[in-house]
Amino acid sequence: MAVNEIDKLIQLLGRVPGLGPRSARRAVLYLMKRRDQLMLPLAQAMQAAAEKIRACSECGNLDAQDPCAVCRDPERDRQSICVVEDVGDLWALERTSAFKGRYHVLGGTLSALDGRGPEQLNLDRLVRRVREQGVGEVILALSATVDGQTTAHYIAEKLTAHGVTVTRLAHGVPVGGELDYLDDGTLTAALNARK
Amino acid sequence: MIEWRDEGIVLSARPHGEDAAVVQLLTRARGRHAGLARGAQSKRQRGTFQPGNRVDAAWRARLPDHLGNLTCEPLTSPAARLFDHPARLDALSAAMGIAEHALPERTAHPAAFEGTGALLDALDGDHWAESLVHWELLLLREVGFGLDLTQCAGGGPNDQLAYVSPRTGRAVSLSKGEPYRDKLLSLPGFLAGYGGGGAHEVALGLKLTGYFLRRHVFHPEDRDLPAARLRVAERFERDAGADAGATLDPAPGTG
Repeated sequence: MAVNEIDKLIQLLGRVPGLGPRSARRAVLYLMKRRDQLMLPLAQAMQAAAEKIRACSECGNLDAQDPCAVCRDPERDRQSICVVEDVGDLWALERTSAFKGRYHVLGGTLSALDGRGPEQLNLDRLVRRVREQGVGEVILALSATVDGQTTAHYIAEKLTAHGVTVTRLAHGVPVGGELDYLDDGTLTAALNARK
Repeated sequence: MIEWRDEGIVLSARPHGEDAAVVQLLTRARGRHAGLARGAQSKRQRGTFQPGNRVDAAWRARLPDHLGNLTCEPLTSPAARLFDHPARLDALSAAMGIAEHALPERTAHPAAFEGTGALLDALDGDHWAESLVHWELLLLREVGFGLDLTQCAGGGPNDQLAYVSPRTGRAVSLSKGEPYRDKLLSLPGFLAGYGGGGAHEVALGLKLTGYFLRRHVFHPEDRDLPAARLRVAERFERDAGADAGATLDPAPGTG
């Protein structure tokens, strides 16, 4: 019986990104040895997160409260919305502390390959927010990929009628990047966006 | 071990597992060929597998009918030049999507490879949309459904070709086709050897090639044309009558 439960735990942990069956086995052994210090608090934290964390009905961010902390923050600039593909991108931008506006999580990009069209993205709510909340600028922080940029253009076109300024993140040389090691696509984008 | 090395154009990369992808390439000597590219979803390699990229590809497998492992070195990246140009970016996605569905796997189509390379180069230029229509005609020819746009199917004068029969894919002259104009597809001048292109003619050209691509390639698979291809056609239909180059998408570097 106990073996079955351990196997089940290994099997479930092995599905987590970055963990395979071997590393899941190591993690389970580690947790078993630290039952009180780590395993039980972890189980409780996971239980609480599963019960409480929901997607924000306003922006799509994950939080224990709805609307999320970002949407509720009165200090945030209500004039600008930064559109991101996923919650991970929102967290990345928050780590920079460079953006003080609010966000909108699309939930992916348009992709013919994955059969993801506009109706699968959180787009209608974005248009509604722009229309109803007097947003002045929408920043499209989408990947520098064919799908990401196609989505950016699609959104920009959709928002044209609403008289909002639509901007995009610049593409180019990363901090610490040496020109010699950059691919020609990045260099071309950097040259085109020179200032 | 069976292995080959060839130049390829990335048609698509479908995520497989945590960091690998099943990549479809259009190669010079082996046509459309798939392979498993390990690490294709990693930060370092993700850019290599963008649709339209030219790569130096090496494929290895134990048996010929295996999926095999693919390693690719990037050569050029046309997509990056088109990021600011929505219509051209859609044209790139459309072409890669159509090639992936139309071309049979592991059958050499050197003309399709060269034509696709030429289209990727042309996407930077002023007549990119006309090039897309020409490329779709080439692809139809390569898969055995070529249109005959050189002479009138009804025996009319060949210097006034104005229509295409949706049944046979052959051109019809103005005089012979006039009584049936509602049933025929319009042949844009730039495909018949006259006329300078432009949004209206491109819209007609895309309608023509779209009809035959649907009929011969996509409808048998119970699919429609790729969404990007539909968007390109919509743009030209919307802007028909205006000059495509000037109004839709100025050439990279000039806008």
